[in-house]
Amino acid sequence: MRRMLRACLYLTLLSLPLVAAFGVERFPPPEFDAGYKMPVTTMPPARALWLSYVDVAVLVAALALASYLVLKKRSRDGVLALSVFSLLYFGFYQQGCVCSIGSVQDVALALFNSGYVVPLTTVAFFLLPLLFTLFFGRTFCSGVCPMGAMQDLVLLKPVKVPAWLEHALGTLPFVYLGAGILFAATGSLFIICEYDPFVALYRRTGSFGMLALGAAFLIVGIFVGRPYCRFLCPYGALLSLVSRFSKWGVTLSPTDCIHCQICDTACPYGAIADPMLKDPHPDPRKRARRRLALLALTALLVVLGGWLGERLSVPFSNSHATVSLAEQIAAEDAGKIKEPTDASKAFRQTGQPVEELYAEAHRVRGRFAVGSVLFGAFVGLVFGLTLISVSEPHERNVYDPDPADCVSCGRCYVYCPKEIVRVKRIQGKNVIPLTPVRGEQKG
Amino acid sequence: MSAPMDKPESSRRQFFNGTVRGAFLFLLGAATTLLFRRSQPKRTVWQIDPYKCICCTNCATKCVMHPSAVKCVQVYPMCGYCKLCTGYFEPEPISLDTGAENQLCPTGAIKRRQLEDPYYEYNIDEPLCIGCAKCVKGCVLFGNGSFFLQVRHDRCVNCDECAIAIACPSQAFQRVPADKPYLFKNREHQA
Ligand code: SF4
Ligand code: SF4
Ligand code: SF4
Ligand code: SF4
Ligand code: SF4
Repeated sequence: MRRMLRACLYLTLLSLPLVAAFGVERFPPPEFDAGYKMPVTTMPPARALWLSYVDVAVLVAALALASYLVLKKRSRDGVLALSVFSLLYFGFYQQGCVCSIGSVQDVALALFNSGYVVPLTTVAFFLLPLLFTLFFGRTFCSGVCPMGAMQDLVLLKPVKVPAWLEHALGTLPFVYLGAGILFAATGSLFIICEYDPFVALYRRTGSFGMLALGAAFLIVGIFVGRPYCRFLCPYGALLSLVSRFSKWGVTLSPTDCIHCQICDTACPYGAIADPMLKDPHPDPRKRARRRLALLALTALLVVLGGWLGERLSVPFSNSHATVSLAEQIAAEDAGKIKEPTDASKAFRQTGQPVEELYAEAHRVRGRFAVGSVLFGAFVGLVFGLTLISVSEPHERNVYDPDPADCVSCGRCYVYCPKEIVRVKRIQGKNVIPLTPVRGEQKG
Repeated sequence: MSAPMDKPESSRRQFFNGTVRGAFLFLLGAATTLLFRRSQPKRTVWQIDPYKCICCTNCATKCVMHPSAVKCVQVYPMCGYCKLCTGYFEPEPISLDTGAENQLCPTGAIKRRQLEDPYYEYNIDEPLCIGCAKCVKGCVLFGNGSFFLQVRHDRCVNCDECAIAIACPSQAFQRVPADKPYLFKNREHQA
């Protein structure tokens, strides 16, 4: 009997239209007598706002301290200690979000989408390291960025990456940066967050893929110095651009380099720029012709990149939820696909007209059409400029950190024999002058 | 090695660097002004609009936290306190008791407590809930819909971009102000 009753109940219930499912009160809540105290559903609060201001304050303090330790104190030990602190605070305590690297995407989304309001703290995480880098070089990377700190701390047996490979892989951060901005600005995906290798480790939980990615980076990082920083980090790409023109930065032996090359061996990040004493192309006419050819090649690469970007704009745009949904709905309506997806079912439940969806998808496609061409052209430009920069003879006559690649870790200070003598001499007087302005002593 | 001859070259470089630095400063300033116009002191957090959720089970699998930061909540004033709770029981329960084989919830996270006959109170044991939305589906389809999913902020790490949000088929996730971090259902909305 009960069974039958229940079956009846189910049958009637099943016949209820699904659309109405969201807003129905099928069984009036009972009126309890005074004896019953109805529980209250808890609402655990989100992290307090003032705590995120603390984060920003800690960031400023850490940046200032890192700059002081690297440039004034020239202390590798200090940087190491700060790295451990940053890893604990920005990594394991703050659990990785929001970080400067990911903030690039929030900024892109906010600048290109009027609908998105970005929290001030995220803006601060984006701008402050750039500002510090503009004056002091990449001191953010030395011991403030938790990702950099993590990789710096696991580096045990650095191997040298061949120059050609270093240059080739060195273009990846720019490509990644461009792609990150493209997908964020169009409101599709935050790919930089999705493939963040360490965030799962900070949280000590996550999908298998994310944890495996983190472990892989750490294992490679034992032998190859900072693989993420050098060959992927999109924020590092921005910092390296800015750092090229920084007011101060890591320099060695301001007076006289004795070409012992110890610093070159000591730097695990391939950041010591070799001097190129001899111009490989002494004939000025040949050199000019070569330059011209490279410029033409760059222009060609830009055009080619733009064209490729244009080709890829449709597949790219399918990463946007609205576009893929519109595709699905269109295919279903045309009878090409029988099986509806969860998304298309949900869409039909809302009763929103299809035309609106198509119009919105069209707008997104349009944004992608422009964005993909720009992205492709940008990648072409990066390749071209890399080619030019590796084949142009650098007019330098000492070994010195390259401001673009140097992450200000401070290792080379301890190795340069001239530097050791200099520091000893100055320590006698108990003052250490600020490192000289870049390019001041060097020819 | 730094012969006096090098001097003009180096000061030229310095001048160039300084100019570019100035340009960068200007850019940063411009970006700051633009961004400040599009920014707010408030932080945002992620939340599910329960009226959009279609109970697809992604919430259990796509969150960066394992188990998920999304949990089922029970809003008591909406609940019918039904004896045959379609969020609690399997569609064809062997018997209407708390036996695991009768329960819909894969982890046994819903606790059933008898009140005055014929009413039963249903509570979510949050540490056990994995946010699979099976109970939500049952409650929404055949009951009052007092069970629904919410991002629980004691567990959510507030990812810059919520990993479930991009996988959610009904686009039910949205950024909400951090001081009003929940989107609960209510009876007025149902009426
Ligand atoms: S390169 Fe990127 S990951 Fe590495 S320390 Fe710098 S900002 Fe961090
Ligand atoms: S500080 Fe020295 S050792 Fe460290 S990255 Fe820069 S050049 Fe290399
Ligand atoms: S992913 Fe979206 S539709 Fe699926 S259960 Fe979560 S909120 Fe509901
Ligand atoms: S059925 Fe799923 S969502 Fe409901 S309480 Fe159990 S684990 Fe949580
Ligand atoms: S923001 Fe992150 S932790 Fe929170 S629900 Fe989404 S994926 Fe899970």
